[in-house]
Amino acid sequence: MIEGLIGRKIGMTQFFLEDGTVVVATVIKAGPCFVVQKKTAEKDGYESVQLGFEEVKPQRVTKPLLGHFRKAGVPPLRFLREFRLLDGSLDDYNPGDVVKVDIFKEGDIVDVTGKSKGRGFAGVMKRHGFSGQPDSHGGMAHRRPGSIGQHSFPARVWKGLRMAGHMGAETVTVQGLKVVKVDPERNLIMVKGSVPGPDGGMVIIKHTTKGRLRRAV
Amino acid sequence: MSIIHEIEKAHMRTDIPDFRPGDTVAVHYKIKEGDRERIQVFEGVVIARKGEGLRETFTVRKVSYGIGVERIFPLHSPLIEKIEVKRQGRVRRAKLYYLRGLSRKASRIKERTKAEKKENNQTE
Repeated sequence: MIEGLIGRKIGMTQFFLEDGTVVVATVIKAGPCFVVQKKTAEKDGYESVQLGFEEVKPQRVTKPLLGHFRKAGVPPLRFLREFRLLDGSLDDYNPGDVVKVDIFKEGDIVDVTGKSKGRGFAGVMKRHGFSGQPDSHGGMAHRRPGSIGQHSFPARVWKGLRMAGHMGAETVTVQGLKVVKVDPERNLIMVKGSVPGPDGGMVIIKHTTKGRLRRAV
Repeated sequence: MSIIHEIEKAHMRTDIPDFRPGDTVAVHYKIKEGDRERIQVFEGVVIARKGEGLRETFTVRKVSYGIGVERIFPLHSPLIEKIEVKRQGRVRRAKLYYLRGLSRKASRIKERTKAEKKENNQTE
């Protein structure tokens, strides 16, 4: 079976279990994805399947890509990503095939990858969780980082010292999320907990790579 | 948002009576004790309704032995056996947090008159 597919984060909600416990979940519209290309051991040195998600108008796609899609016999797609196969079942997938959310079932453990929300140039308190400095009693350093090093040794700032800078808008993977609901009819999947990125952002859902959890699948 | 609404709709309860801040309600709430289940009634004034859809909650305040007690219930919780509306109060605010600072007598709320109720029901 293929390890995952591409989707879009719809948003978060919650629902009740019978005993009144609230479960917080993220709704993801996942698939249907088209198989666009197969990578084989003979030709490419490894096996994987390239999936595409979300149809777009042909004029939105470059001509070389258009040819790529035509070769596979699929409509032009917005996102292309490669996925490995969990059990070497490469023969089950051919260009033009459709992969749907039903590769997941309730209770599966998944990893979700997305691009986190951009926070711009952020200070050390927001970016690294520093405590900051006193707001009162004469302190004027409020949100500053404080000392960034010593004196004549090392006479420079250590590499990797945590400072203010750009935060967010990077690829983040959250591992070990439980699938609480799959709705193949509407191509929806609900996972427990939160997922990186804004509502409407592209996410990749894969069966988990964590050994302990994987065995449970 | 519409997909979220649809999903929430499927879980939402339809047997919840209409009530609003200022109303006095009795909430019959299931309490689990070990493997036994019993029902506890919490009666007081609704001082707030928050959130929307499935995530809506309401706050009930009562004064018990001279001590103010507030409980926040998820409106659509399956643990709510039923909600009885005992009295409909007339208030001019959506959040009645000011009641916390008032004593018994000052915190009385006038009942909505029949005419008001009728008018409100028509607009709803």
